[in-house]
Amino acid sequence: MQISSRQLDKTTIFDVSGDIDLANSPAVRKALLKEVRDNRTPRVVMNLSKVRYIDSSGVASLVEGLKASRDVGSRFILFGLSTSAREVLQLSRLLKIFEVYDNEEQALAG
Amino acid sequence: MKILHPARRSKARERNGDLSRGLLLRLELPSDPSLLCAVRGAVERLTESFGFSAPDCRAVTRAVDEALTNIIRHSYNGRPDQPIEMFFRSVHRQATPNASEGLEILLCDRGPSIKNAQLCMRALEEVKPGGLGLHFIQQSMDVVEYKRAKGTNRLRLVKYVRAAKQDSNS
Repeated sequence: MQISSRQLDKTTIFDVSGDIDLANSPAVRKALLKEVRDNRTPRVVMNLSKVRYIDSSGVASLVEGLKASRDVGSRFILFGLSTSAREVLQLSRLLKIFEVYDNEEQALAG
Repeated sequence: MKILHPARRSKARERNGDLSRGLLLRLELPSDPSLLCAVRGAVERLTESFGFSAPDCRAVTRAVDEALTNIIRHSYNGRPDQPIEMFFRSVHRQATPNASEGLEILLCDRGPSIKNAQLCMRALEEVKPGGLGLHFIQQSMDVVEYKRAKGTNRLRLVKYVRAAKQDSNS
């Protein structure tokens, strides 16, 4: 898995590629929490269009990012969910909890 | 990670008795999280060749991945060098009017016995991190059974091929 970030005005976009599982979800969690809690970025966007698989530990990292953003009053947005990633969010009844868009354009306009 | 090839199945049958009946694949691996992606790849290919639909292939792969994650995290407390064995077998459901073929996966680890409390699932209504793995396993598989035997935790998962597939083949 690889994770990189881009700045766009008051938004940070994380581009993630590969699978998010037990081996690397701690890295996702760390990057997210640093951006939300330490940098206090008003809007954090996760580009998951190149993520084929997310396991429960990856979902937990996203939930931590969401909760941290709620705590500091920022927005946490996901876009580009694969079928598998969408399925795990549905199974965990979290799909409606997250702000989810199909693509980057919609995510930034939303 | 060790993969058992068909030519070597007879030796495994002698060693494992019942475990090798209908054996399709046997994997031995250490409890290293970096190997999870390799197991997912193997399970994806096996489920595709078994005839599962695309959603069911993803479901079985997800269940196996979550079960391995639980073993690594809870049974072995994150130690990456502990043994895990997996047996993939073809099984048949006889109890129903239309017997159906299924894939049985037995995951074995030598960690301490799992307490019942550890097998309890939390309510999904709570939005909080963690505790989702068992939900994913239960929602993905037709049979989920745990037992402790001979110092080994044994998690048995079964997914049956849906009737639609049988109808289209008949």
